[in-house]
Amino acid sequence: MNTLKKVGVPIVSIVIFLLFWEGLVWINDWPKYKMAAPSDLPDAFWKFRWLFLEMGWQTLWRTVIGLVLAVLVGGALGMIMGLSQIFRGALYPLLVGFNAIPKATLVPVIALIFIGQHDFNTVLMAVMISFFPIAVSVSIGLSTLEPEYRDILRALGASRFTIFRKIALPKTLPEFFGALKVSVTLAFIGTNLVEIVSPHGRGLGALFKSGEINGNYPLMFAVLIALAILGIVLYYLVVIFEKIFAGWAERPQT
Amino acid sequence: MNLIETKGVHHAYETPMGPLPVLAGLDLAIPESSFCAVVGPSGCGKSTLTRLIAGLLIPDEGEVWLDGAQVKSPRKTVGMAFQNPVLLEWRTILENVILPLEIVAPGMPRKQRVDRAMELLDMVGLTGFENKRPSELSGGMRQRASLCRSIVHKPRVLIMDEPFGALDAFTREDLWQTMRDLRAAEPFTGVLITHDLRESVFLGDQVVVLSDRPARTQHVLDVTLPADRTLDILYTPEAGEMLHELRDQIRIAQNRNEAA
Ligand SMILES: Nc1ncnc2c1ncn2[C@@H]1O[C@H](COP(=O)(O)OP(=O)(O)OP(=O)(O)O)[C@@H](O)[C@H]1O
Ligand SMILES: [Mg+2]
Repeated sequence: MNTLKKVGVPIVSIVIFLLFWEGLVWINDWPKYKMAAPSDLPDAFWKFRWLFLEMGWQTLWRTVIGLVLAVLVGGALGMIMGLSQIFRGALYPLLVGFNAIPKATLVPVIALIFIGQHDFNTVLMAVMISFFPIAVSVSIGLSTLEPEYRDILRALGASRFTIFRKIALPKTLPEFFGALKVSVTLAFIGTNLVEIVSPHGRGLGALFKSGEINGNYPLMFAVLIALAILGIVLYYLVVIFEKIFAGWAERPQT
Repeated sequence: MNLIETKGVHHAYETPMGPLPVLAGLDLAIPESSFCAVVGPSGCGKSTLTRLIAGLLIPDEGEVWLDGAQVKSPRKTVGMAFQNPVLLEWRTILENVILPLEIVAPGMPRKQRVDRAMELLDMVGLTGFENKRPSELSGGMRQRASLCRSIVHKPRVLIMDEPFGALDAFTREDLWQTMRDLRAAEPFTGVLITHDLRESVFLGDQVVVLSDRPARTQHVLDVTLPADRTLDILYTPEAGEMLHELRDQIRIAQNRNEAA
């Protein structure tokens, strides 16, 4: 019963959504060059199936590498800011300022600095756009550790590193995973931004653009759906990791 | 011989408004394997005292002696328990209790650690809960687990900062009895901060009353009750007299505040 609910409810909601979309196109009698309907998509997927596999893989690996780097960079920045008040004061305004810059404006900048390095640029953008929530959550998690938690080990003469490893780090994990879920989506935005804007881009973003150039609306919508699917897969991958490493933070549901 | 001694301890915190003197001339003398209950007005510096004895804080002036050596830094022979049980949510109760052993005795075999923890959990009535998470336990049970953790490494000194302060009256009395039984089974010397006078008389061998901030030792009461106390002893005339004496001393401590 419970698993039926768990799987059934999302499936039903997706079906309702697709029906609603199909109905909307049908009622308005929109032609294909204005708005594609879900029933147009299987054709588009099938026709470009090899392109979808190849481009999907391109987008996926770049996003995943970008995320991994964002975790390393964001985690390191978060630790520095969480453990040192001076660094927090110094880095916080810089990071907030950097995060406020619309990342689209940076695309031409990095494209000029690293000419032709499409893979590198894409990953770099994914990192730049997604490390911020991680840095903030880790720094807040570490800096708000109650002194008593530290004292239970400090009173035994434990080193700062031991306290960090046994108490501060595990205690920050739930916040870290909360941020990582946000970062997954952001990283996709980063990779696609570069893939769409770059003249000789690869990946789903580039496929989207070629659909646009050729006026192939079903293809464009199919790309969007493919992106949504990748996003969902990666998101739930993070949820699985969260369950494994920070499952203790989950309150039993009532 | 005194296991814990403080001599003329003065301490002040740096605050934005200048130094805040918290302790001013605090003397304690606690013989080995006895229990010293410390009472005093709220905010007078009791928690500061526990941090000084634990070596988490070094006094501005005066000396803290522990086991024949002056305290300059934290040491492994100390156990601490707080008002908040501070259990680690990601560990089971058993793993929480074992935590100090990981620091103090890194080479101890796993089985020995588990046996030691289970022995203590049994003593406080938590057998069967060792694999539960802290969030699955009641407040009183969590505090029991916290007590186990504070003595699992057989510390010479157990420092408790209002460990029963957040519990309801009946649970608190239960835990007093648990504490009494633990004392009989484990050889530690105790410092117990409390704001409950009955608790101080039931558990203490001496009760130290601190004055209002900056705190000094205002009064020391020797508890002349037999060691094998039951809760009923609190209703005897002797206990009643001691409680009155303490109440008067607290009143004096607070009055000083109103006059100032
Ligand atoms: N780290 C600190 N920096 C500045 N002032 C502090 C610090 N810690 C405590 N104080 C102040 O020192 C005084 C004594 O604090 P302490 O916690 O030792 O009192 P207490 O007797 O334990 O109080 P309570 O009865 O509320 O537990 C308080 O006025 C408190 O505000
Ligand atoms: Mg206190």
